[in-house]
Amino acid sequence: MKHLFLILTFTFFGFGNQYISLLNSNQIKIVDAPYLKQDLKIVDFDGLEQYLAAKDKSKTYVINFWATWCAPCVKELPYFEQLNTTYADKKVEVILVSLDFPKQIESKLKPFLLKNKLKSEVVVLNDVDANTWIPKVDKNWSGAIPATLIYNTQKTVFYEQSFDYIALETELKQFLKQ
Amino acid sequence: MKKIFKLTLVLVVIITVSAFTTKTNSTDSGYKIGDVATDFELENIDGNVVSLSDFEDAKGFIVVFTCNTCPYAVAYEDRVQGLNKKYADLGYPVIAIMPNNTTVKPGDNMEAMKTRAKEKGFTFPYLMDAGQDIYPQYGATKTPHVYVLQKEQKGNVVKYIGAIDDNYQDANAVKTKYVEDAVDALLNNKEVKINETKAIGCSIKV
Repeated sequence: MKHLFLILTFTFFGFGNQYISLLNSNQIKIVDAPYLKQDLKIVDFDGLEQYLAAKDKSKTYVINFWATWCAPCVKELPYFEQLNTTYADKKVEVILVSLDFPKQIESKLKPFLLKNKLKSEVVVLNDVDANTWIPKVDKNWSGAIPATLIYNTQKTVFYEQSFDYIALETELKQFLKQ
Repeated sequence: MKKIFKLTLVLVVIITVSAFTTKTNSTDSGYKIGDVATDFELENIDGNVVSLSDFEDAKGFIVVFTCNTCPYAVAYEDRVQGLNKKYADLGYPVIAIMPNNTTVKPGDNMEAMKTRAKEKGFTFPYLMDAGQDIYPQYGATKTPHVYVLQKEQKGNVVKYIGAIDDNYQDANAVKTKYVEDAVDALLNNKEVKINETKAIGCSIKV
């Protein structure tokens, strides 16, 4: 019995140490990853509207609506990241609007952003009154995600669909022609 | 003079905007309000085949495209159950249909549907759109996606399309219960005031 107690104590002690070291290594990463800091922006639709109205008139914006729980969204994220990097010098900016549930921001979204080291700007949209704001993004959007809006001062196109990189780049090029 | 300048500016903006009006790639197919909805023969979790025509005494239906794996659908499970409890006896039973391709989403296969229905004690049919040919006719694009139908002489007429209510996060914070309002109106021989709403949902997996 005494032995068992000792073993148990050591086991817990051991795990405890491991946990702390895990925490430590995470904290080191926190410094590197922008989204584990507390600056993940959470907005309602009023707050999102600034992203839907060209802040910089010379830029083309690619707004992708996604969530960590949406498998097809997660699948296409790398293409948006690639687009953001490849076209950064051509005045293209990708914004990833997360529709993750507020209660899962800490438990799911932040770890996801950390793990995948996303470089595009991520904004969390928390606005339950979807019936009001969905038509403001596009009148034909049924509300299914993934969904993407590409716009500049010349035109706006909304896509309720998934993309691969080639399809996404092809669409973007339509905006860069002018 | 300043006013004229301002007006001209506004006009130019309007013309520019309308010249580049938003094009959309989403499909516009599917039912509109007033269309007659198709009946179907789909397998239920109990192994039986269910059709709308089986419900001889029904005055209409609350058809819910839903699934096990979508967090939005899950958030609404208890509320869908509540709709059936409230309206089945009044003549508007819930008919739930799982539209996803189960190869893409194994968590929505028949076994998983049975398990989920048992866990949650579903009192309504939970059918599988195995051929994936019913949801496109309705025009459902996501889960959950609701169609309230009223039985009329020409068939089951679509009276409401959209969301269950206006707060997926918190059932207690709901301000407008769209589906309940629609069914209540139909039960009282009134027009459905809000007959189409939008909500976020998981795209149906093809």
